Amino acid sequence: MKLYEYEAKKIFSEYNIPISPYDVVENPNDAKAVAEKLGFPVVVKAQVLVAGRGKAGGVKIARTSDEVYEIAAKMLGSNIKGEIVKKVMITNAIDIVKEIYVSIIVDRFMRKPVILVSSEGGVDIEELAARAPEKIIRIYVDPLIGIRDYQLRYAVSRVGLSGQQALQFMSILRSLYSIFDNLDCDLAEINPLAIDSKGNLIAVDAKIIVDDNALYRRKEFASRESAEYSEFEIEAHQAGFNYVELDGNIGIICNGAGLTMATMDTVYLKGGKPANFLDVGGGATAEIAEKATSLLLRHPNVKVIFFNILGGITRCDEVAKGLISALNKYGTGKKIVVRMMGTNEEEGRRLLNEAGIDWYDSMEMAATRAVELAKSLEV
Amino acid sequence: MAIIVDENTKILVQGITGREGTFHTKSMLEYGSKILAGVTPGKGGQTVYGVPVYDSVSDALKNHPDINTSIIFVPAPYAADAVYEAIDNGIKTIVIITERIPTHDTLKFVNYARLKNVTIIGPNCPGIISPGRTKVGIMPGHVFKKGIIGMVSRSGTLTYEIAHAITKSGLGQTTAVGIGGDPVTGLTFIDVLEMFRKDEETEAVVIIGEIGGDAEERAAEYIRLTKYEKPVVAYVAGRTAPPEKRMGHAGAIISMGTGSAKSKIETFEKNGIPVASFPGEVASILMKLLKK
Repeated sequence: MKLYEYEAKKIFSEYNIPISPYDVVENPNDAKAVAEKLGFPVVVKAQVLVAGRGKAGGVKIARTSDEVYEIAAKMLGSNIKGEIVKKVMITNAIDIVKEIYVSIIVDRFMRKPVILVSSEGGVDIEELAARAPEKIIRIYVDPLIGIRDYQLRYAVSRVGLSGQQALQFMSILRSLYSIFDNLDCDLAEINPLAIDSKGNLIAVDAKIIVDDNALYRRKEFASRESAEYSEFEIEAHQAGFNYVELDGNIGIICNGAGLTMATMDTVYLKGGKPANFLDVGGGATAEIAEKATSLLLRHPNVKVIFFNILGGITRCDEVAKGLISALNKYGTGKKIVVRMMGTNEEEGRRLLNEAGIDWYDSMEMAATRAVELAKSLEV
Repeated sequence: MAIIVDENTKILVQGITGREGTFHTKSMLEYGSKILAGVTPGKGGQTVYGVPVYDSVSDALKNHPDINTSIIFVPAPYAADAVYEAIDNGIKTIVIITERIPTHDTLKFVNYARLKNVTIIGPNCPGIISPGRTKVGIMPGHVFKKGIIGMVSRSGTLTYEIAHAITKSGLGQTTAVGIGGDPVTGLTFIDVLEMFRKDEETEAVVIIGEIGGDAEERAAEYIRLTKYEKPVVAYVAGRTAPPEKRMGHAGAIISMGTGSAKSKIETFEKNGIPVASFPGEVASILMKLLKK
């Protein structure tokens, strides 16, 4: 789960990472009041989760009360790369002399957290990484031990800081690693970590992504799924499905993430377009299969529902029962194509035959049939 | 031969009294796997399909010193503790079926296991099967058949799909390893490729990848650089999947353009490894390469 900048900065201040004073507001009058209290110039920053906010007009400087009112009024409620701005942050503008880049992420291949540091921070850091990868320093941390002093000294020497700034930088790195480790982060990033005209280090932006699988023990981050997903997605997630909406007309119900992706790929390669994919997971019961079917039966974009079930833990007869029961309850307004194989396939196929539903043995043939049906309905 | 597990594998089931643990204990026993004991704290003294249950791994080992492999079904919040208990009691092969384990837990126990020379398979995986010998996992045994193909995969059901096609073609499998779909796993593609390289019965290897991370790209480079002696065929799921969520700038810096199906497929092909368009096509490519 991505945190908003203001949430991440609150954590930064708890861990003594220096930030400039800020407040978060939801209307222009409050924006003005906060700015007058902080003192001008201030920066107005849209609180959104999408990347590239600055280049999309979500970060603006204001020098007067009128200006901050005007900018906040315009920014609040505006759409930044598909996301509506509900809150803006008002914070003191910093006189930036130098920008440093610092982040911590998991390196999958090394199976270790890696600290990335560069003396050339800012919005073009990815371009720098591609052009001059040696300018990004990588420090691998043993997760059983944590960050060590010599690693901090190495980072300092490579960034080229000394004296008070070096000490400040080491303390920030240590704090950022503590946040990363203590709060189950997938990512903790400061870009830029600025040096201001007085020589102080200040985190100008803050990015934290918390591991979704750890939210059960991170109760402080209440789930805010409703803001990011459609109503069908929310219903599907509540039912425990892995569900994603796409823009075609063939609904896909499948078991297992890899097979679901392979099914989508096969539908595309046969010339069709998936409307969504719904992975019921392992061991789906008739009840779960019914719920999944009913969801897609109600979906306005779905014309054909393609079931691709490979029974392992999942039993084909259970899926067939759920499918048939959903059709009986919610009607057969859509075309159904079933591919079913594996555990209890004979019983599943017998049930489908009784209900007059065609089934296939081969995934490719079933995908071809689903695409044909979808095309015939388009005409 | 087969890799990692065979007829001499003596299994402990951790989390044996849970719904999944019980169900798959039965299925593994039916397949002929040798399960000596199970563990669920507080449930010692019970039996599950005739398998004695103990309160702790050390109790189980005291009564069944031949145990050399553990399979873990313990729910995510308690799974890491189960892994440490197995490692600290000297079990050298651990298969973790549990899904949704926090990444930071996995990071720590995977690094701990490396220090102790313990092989971890998973987490979030279907386990491992050496057809006709043993099954330490949750896969449907009947889609596999003893044969000559080594399989390594990040996915569960997709492995069964491709295994089924390989079985139908008559080639069969030596061992199929599900390394798991999480960002951090114990065994990697490269680890398993190295084991299949040394396995005399394995005549060709199938790699089943999916989008995300750079494990496929690294495996492809490894195959060329180490002059891998056996034919390898790949399949990559997710050509048409929506892009993964962005992980700040750091994600882009680390991945450097890898991660997409396109990148993986191109890297395989550039390194001389054929990539199947459909899952079923893996078997026909194998038949051609092995001239059968």
